[in-house]
Amino acid sequence: MNRITKLFQEKPSNVLNIYFTAGFPNLNDTTTVLEALQEAGADIAEIGMPYSDPVADGETIQQSNQIALDNGMSLKVLFQQLAGIRNKVTMPIILMGYINPVVQFGIENFCKKCQEVGVDGLILPDLPMDEYYEEYKPIFDKYGLLNIFLITPQTTEARIRRIDEISDGFIYMVSSASVTGGTSGITNTMETYFNRVNAMNLKNPRLIGFGIKDNATFTKASQYAAGAIIGSQFIRVLQNANSIYNDIVNYIKSVKG
Amino acid sequence: MRTIEQSAYAVNNKGYYGKFGGAYIPEMLFPNVEELQQNYLEIIYQPAFQAEYHALLKDYVGRPTPLFYANRLSEKYQTNVYLKREDLCHTGAHKVNNTIGQILLAKKLGKHKIVAETGAGQHGVATATVCALMGLECIVYMGEIDIKRQAPNVARMKMLGAEVRPATSGSKTLKDATNEAMRHWINNPVDTHYIIGSVVGPHPYPDMVARFQSIISEEIRWQLLEKTSSENPDYVIACVGGGSNAAGAFYHYLDESSVQLIAAEAGGHGINSGMSAATTFLGKSGVLHGSKSILMQTEDGQVVEPHSISAGLDYPGIGPLHAHLWDSGRAKFFAITDDESIKAGFELSKLEGIIPAIESAHALAVLPYLKATANETVVVNLSGRGDKDLDTYMKYL
Repeated sequence: MNRITKLFQEKPSNVLNIYFTAGFPNLNDTTTVLEALQEAGADIAEIGMPYSDPVADGETIQQSNQIALDNGMSLKVLFQQLAGIRNKVTMPIILMGYINPVVQFGIENFCKKCQEVGVDGLILPDLPMDEYYEEYKPIFDKYGLLNIFLITPQTTEARIRRIDEISDGFIYMVSSASVTGGTSGITNTMETYFNRVNAMNLKNPRLIGFGIKDNATFTKASQYAAGAIIGSQFIRVLQNANSIYNDIVNYIKSVKG
Repeated sequence: MRTIEQSAYAVNNKGYYGKFGGAYIPEMLFPNVEELQQNYLEIIYQPAFQAEYHALLKDYVGRPTPLFYANRLSEKYQTNVYLKREDLCHTGAHKVNNTIGQILLAKKLGKHKIVAETGAGQHGVATATVCALMGLECIVYMGEIDIKRQAPNVARMKMLGAEVRPATSGSKTLKDATNEAMRHWINNPVDTHYIIGSVVGPHPYPDMVARFQSIISEEIRWQLLEKTSSENPDYVIACVGGGSNAAGAFYHYLDESSVQLIAAEAGGHGINSGMSAATTFLGKSGVLHGSKSILMQTEDGQVVEPHSISAGLDYPGIGPLHAHLWDSGRAKFFAITDDESIKAGFELSKLEGIIPAIESAHALAVLPYLKATANETVVVNLSGRGDKDLDTYMKYL
């Protein structure tokens, strides 16, 4: 069974998904970060594949992308780093990134590599839903990869239902209309939106992302969904870390409370 | 406006020109883009919309722009060269044809704030201008490097009441300004319309901008018929950064196979120099700014930072229509170097008393390569005037 599916069966609440950029702050930190996340008890690792033009991301993640690229990160290097990771890390791993580098790598080849190293799912924010369904889904299915879709407060009910129908794993519920790292805290407007989505009785669990940064926001978001996603704040932790491994473990423990 | 729904070069109902186009956007932009996709044609072909659009083009922009027979230039190249004088549009370039159309559309959609990107500043000025005209708030993102090399246009935008925000990421030019404008739209999805300045971006932008710019070739047809015995020239030449002036100049000739369509890309220091923006020579299929097109990129799919002396052509992609014209062989592409464009700019100034934008000078620089004959007709789209480029030109005096 896919590790993401299995996770939500065993743990339907308080799921903590952590985003980090591959090759940041140093090229070879990728596996160290993964091991620390597992040690600290994070539930899902979402590895960012750096891109030169990440339009859905705010300044913090943009800069981490640029630093990773300057460090020499690429999909080829990432797959080399992840070879053998399944001997050490058992948590679900998702690759997140923009479509162009994936297309240049070759979709089939990319999916094959994902399966080889033990990746469970993909988040490709600029891959259109129809193209996914018509061209990509058969390939993703063949290699056991779940495609995770984003929804926002502006996504219509019909579209949310369509996304729920054609995807598995979970739905990434963006808390507000913004790029990453732009907001903090959970407002009343967001609660209304979370409740509206909860009332739809979707097949897939949801994780809330954007604006989650600490125990208070994680705990609050977890009341409205199966858990939450931390990205920009985690990148800041990595940026300021003295000892990456220990600082990650301490931060994750503080978020989980 | 005439339309080309039946054309092999028209966008299909999924937003593609052949293999290129589409709408590769994050979910945060989906509702806004879908709203445009579903409504743009209906809105812009309403008789009241058309009446207002054409009245503004006539009385505010100063259209029709002249089609000028360039006597001395024709003599030099032993052919018949006509200049389509988009440089005489209000604000000094063709960009305003599109911003007039899009600001009227934004009002119909109930938006009261505008965001735009700009390279040379011409689109920024054209956007700031129509925002002042209509009383809408205007924010323009411009690469930090472009802010320095296009200072007069920055001043104009500010005087027109726009806020100019520097794009400080990446190459700090048009590509990055576009990223920032898209991020701004993601952050402000409800009250803001994004006026893209070229035939790039997710569907329906390439088609919508091409339709607003198609007034250029609509006029060339009847103007040429008045001056010669045919609506059709043998060649239409235009520069291509993203490609909006070229899309407008080519639009009504796309299905006229006797008309050779010629696109001048920015060759920079030369296509093999590593300092170039000649997309069709150096790029391959890829996705940037919401559409699949030809893109300058590394083997790993990272977008390459281009170079051109001309800020308006300093872009690593081209619009999906142009990618299709290139792929299908319908248009022929030239890479014009910085030096060739400067030379062509001085040549036009001295032979015809017209100082062209360095962007437009790239189109003029195709003339020596064209080998057109004495009985052939060449239309060069003079997309903008050169006032903004005087600092650069002066370095070559």
